[in-house]
Amino acid sequence: MHEMSIALAVVDQVGEAARSQGVTAVRTVRLLIGELAGVVPDALAFSFELACAGTAVEGAGLAIETVRARARCAPCDGEWAVGVPPRLACPLCGRATVELVSGRELRIAAVEWHDDPADPGVREPISQEG
Amino acid sequence: MCRVVELQQAVLAGNDAAAGILRGELAARGTSVVNILSSPGSGKTALLEAELLLARERGVTAAALTADLATENDAMRLARSGLPVKQVLTDGLCHLEADMLAGHLRGWPAKDTRLVFVENVGNLVCPASYDLGETLRVVLASVTEGEDKPLKYPTAFGLAHLVIVTKTDIAEAVGFDEAAFRANVEQVNPGVDVALCSARTGAGTGVLLDRALAAADGTAVHMPVMAQARA
Ligand SMILES: Nc1nc2c(ncn2[C@@H]2O[C@H](COP(=O)(O)OP(=O)(O)OP(=O)(O)O)[C@@H](O)[C@H]2O)c(=O)[nH]1
Ligand SMILES: [Mg+2]
Ligand SMILES: [Zn+2]
Repeated sequence: MHEMSIALAVVDQVGEAARSQGVTAVRTVRLLIGELAGVVPDALAFSFELACAGTAVEGAGLAIETVRARARCAPCDGEWAVGVPPRLACPLCGRATVELVSGRELRIAAVEWHDDPADPGVREPISQEG
Repeated sequence: MCRVVELQQAVLAGNDAAAGILRGELAARGTSVVNILSSPGSGKTALLEAELLLARERGVTAAALTADLATENDAMRLARSGLPVKQVLTDGLCHLEADMLAGHLRGWPAKDTRLVFVENVGNLVCPASYDLGETLRVVLASVTEGEDKPLKYPTAFGLAHLVIVTKTDIAEAVGFDEAAFRANVEQVNPGVDVALCSARTGAGTGVLLDRALAAADGTAVHMPVMAQARA
């Protein structure tokens, strides 16, 4: 499964970004995955944990947002959810004059990390009262 | 403090960049890559054997690189053509990536080889996501696989520049419904051409070589709807 290759690429890129900012602990990695990206989110989440081990990204959570695939036909001025498997011919005119608006995303949208070395940040024990 | 940093980076940016560089290097060498994708056993090697023989007959300089998880069987079959052939064992990886291919194409084949046919690992899922710097991407499906393959593997068929149905010599025996297959391809990749061939009888095997040469000469290839959006 290529989800492992994808996970390694994510860890690489996030690790690089973290290093360049002097960040040592990444809390969350947010990914956007289009319905037509050809990636299985569960398989990716599984691979991600393995790919993180021993890197600056170890321990980070993965938040995956799925992006619906939508297409547009300019001549008809129509836009529709193409579904999976996708219907990419225009439902109105049937022509191939279609443009995919979304659904192929495979993108690291954002990362959450602690960038203040003095602040350990991650889940400080809540002081017990009483 | 906890900070959210917008990265907005394409996960496959590294592969896409490597593919772009390879495409440029190949162009400078006068070489075009044809990336061939299909399920295991659809007939990639059989079709390439036919293409290499045809290329030889027509005096077209061509070579083939075949990627497998294991065994050198495919390279041995292709080498019978007498043209340059390379076997790549992917060491467990289910697809080729651009930088791997670039490594194998360093100094091989000779300059001015017009076409390099690349037989990707038999798999319709993973190879689809990786641009290899190819000029033409071809997806094969044999008549025995069922007409709904394009719907089950929409990214592979949806990103093809050309779809070829193989093993048409046994189409009748297995009750292949060509119209249904074409309709399913059209649904995920409107406007793409579907060609028919049989490596067994030789029927239709010229199409791939013709299309590969046309693409190498700069004739525009089909632009799939799915290839327009990314990242
Ligand atoms: N009847 C018939 N059989 C074919 C044809 N092409 C290939 N075959 C048979 O289909 C089987 C698989 O063919 P290959 O060429 O090895 O398929 P492949 O896609 O290269 O397979 P992998 O590399 O293992 O993924 C072999 O037994 C071939 O003899 C054809 O045109 N007609
Ligand atoms: Mg083969
Ligand atoms: Zn329309």
